[in-house]
Amino acid sequence: MKRILFGDNQFFGVNHISDEKSRAQAIRFKEDIAILNTLDKAIDTGVTTFMCTTHDRIAQLCDVIRKNPVKYDGFAMYPCLPYAHKYANAVTELGIVGTLKQYIPGNFFTSIFKGGFAFVSKDYISMMELMIDAEMKMFAGVNTPVIFLQNVITDLLLGLGMKDFFMSYHSYIKHKYNAEPGYITMNMPKLLDFLESAGIENPIICSSINIDGFRMSGGKELYEHTLRTRKVRAIAMQVLSGGATPPQKAIEYICSLPGIESILFGASSKANIQETVSLIRHFDKQYQFSEI
Amino acid sequence: MIKVALIGAGKMGISHLAILGAHPDVEIVGVADTTKIVTEVLSKYTNFQCFSDYHKMIEEERPDAVVVAVPTKYHASLVEQLLNRGIHVFVEKPFCLCVNDGLALTKIAIEKHLVNQVGYHNKFIGTFLEAKNLIEQGAIGDIMHFSGDMNGPVVIKQKQNNWRSKPEEGGGCLMDYAAHLIDLINYLVAPISNVQGVILKSFYSGQVEDSVFSLLETENHISGVINVNWSDETYRKMSTQITIIGSKGKIIVDATELKVYLKHDINIDNYTKGWNIKHINDFSEDVDFFLRGEEYSAQMNHFIKAVQQNEPNHINNFKSASQTDYVIDLIRNFNN
Repeated sequence: MKRILFGDNQFFGVNHISDEKSRAQAIRFKEDIAILNTLDKAIDTGVTTFMCTTHDRIAQLCDVIRKNPVKYDGFAMYPCLPYAHKYANAVTELGIVGTLKQYIPGNFFTSIFKGGFAFVSKDYISMMELMIDAEMKMFAGVNTPVIFLQNVITDLLLGLGMKDFFMSYHSYIKHKYNAEPGYITMNMPKLLDFLESAGIENPIICSSINIDGFRMSGGKELYEHTLRTRKVRAIAMQVLSGGATPPQKAIEYICSLPGIESILFGASSKANIQETVSLIRHFDKQYQFSEI
Repeated sequence: MIKVALIGAGKMGISHLAILGAHPDVEIVGVADTTKIVTEVLSKYTNFQCFSDYHKMIEEERPDAVVVAVPTKYHASLVEQLLNRGIHVFVEKPFCLCVNDGLALTKIAIEKHLVNQVGYHNKFIGTFLEAKNLIEQGAIGDIMHFSGDMNGPVVIKQKQNNWRSKPEEGGGCLMDYAAHLIDLINYLVAPISNVQGVILKSFYSGQVEDSVFSLLETENHISGVINVNWSDETYRKMSTQITIIGSKGKIIVDATELKVYLKHDINIDNYTKGWNIKHINDFSEDVDFFLRGEEYSAQMNHFIKAVQQNEPNHINNFKSASQTDYVIDLIRNFNN
């Protein structure tokens, strides 16, 4: 993975510390061209990996990327699936069974119901595989070397202790997509324990890591200890704790930590992108991080 | 270890289950649901024991506490059965369809010294807690007026057929959405006791209202207005904002941001004359396990601590949730 990854929250009105800002961003990035222009600015600074949710609008960006192979040579996307709000809203409206009916491709689900529930354990796993395929469809022909499970789903499966789903997800992503499986979580140390117990070694885990300890469940010290002592390919997100800490201080903290392979950030303006990238490069030099 | 069971493994139930499943002081002794696919998946892939009949689960597993997350119309009878068996209860919001049922249950819970809590999670969000704290310290003086806005994308097209679309089962924007806002106003401002005007409008749902617009008054004569619309797709998820106007300033608060305007300097740390802008990360408390928001873990921690007798059962108890049911009733039955 590259040292710096570009995120997509700003494009889709996601802001963890201000609902007001998130609505302003949704207006600013109404047109796809606005997103593409900002992506180009990131690419200009040498940030060539875009980590994004499987939001409907990403499909249109994928079209542009496919149509311009020269321009986007070396560009990679890290899909994060599923786009959870789509399903959460559907569950409120349609219930769990209704949602599965709506989103499982083909007549797979109907046939299960006709069978009067007489199906074996494997079927739920294939249902998950079908949902992965449905979400991944938009990325056909685009370079997606790492594919992530979104935090709401990761953490739900973690809380419920659903080991089999992690193991199946892991091997399905590896074999079907020839990609590395990754996990986004708000509970990094707990997830690492759980993945290891499922036989998943040295996993890619993306979690909030910041100087303020914001959204670091179990505490900042536990995260630091985990990074120092365990085998994990960590990606730090929310490194600026949503914009509350001066960037200089926030980035220095991240660069000084051992065991962080990549840093994920999102920004809307050219100036903010350049500032964050140059701060990371500056402090990486100071703390002698070298990109593999 | 506190032995906890879940009745109702829908969207909220599953979320509570995951949070409790990760809780160090909790042992999940059973999950009851009538949807076969849900219990089947849980039985196959988790260590939780599943039941299609909750009576059987209670009988066999003898839980100390039960989390109830079934459609609202079943709350009253289910909670009554649990209380009568001496079981502590956490129940999803809104509490009961009938105010008198809620009051009767409150009485039983108090008499039997059982912990009783309702899932109004906003009261565990740092920005709202800070707003409460400022109001109590008199930062904005005497409150003169409030305005509450709540929007989200629940029903955005003409197609709905589940319990949320049936008024007799506790569906509709008033019970499902506005309940949160009313509960928060009761808490931050003062209990609402009078309704002066109501528009319950359906945009898409047909049988139930998709919006609630109402003029309200609290028991200490503070006026206010609420605008609630669950059919607004310009909001990515449920969004709740309250503006409170006082004699010495004003507070605008939502789940992420707290904006405080003060007419004069006050004697509270980090607040000065003029605008003061704070964000959730200034207040959010660490939780051991995070799913969808700190507040969901925090409310469960509160419940478990109350069962362990380590914390008083004072946030979102049946009594306060009944007050919210009462206001819902006033709005529902108001004749313009």
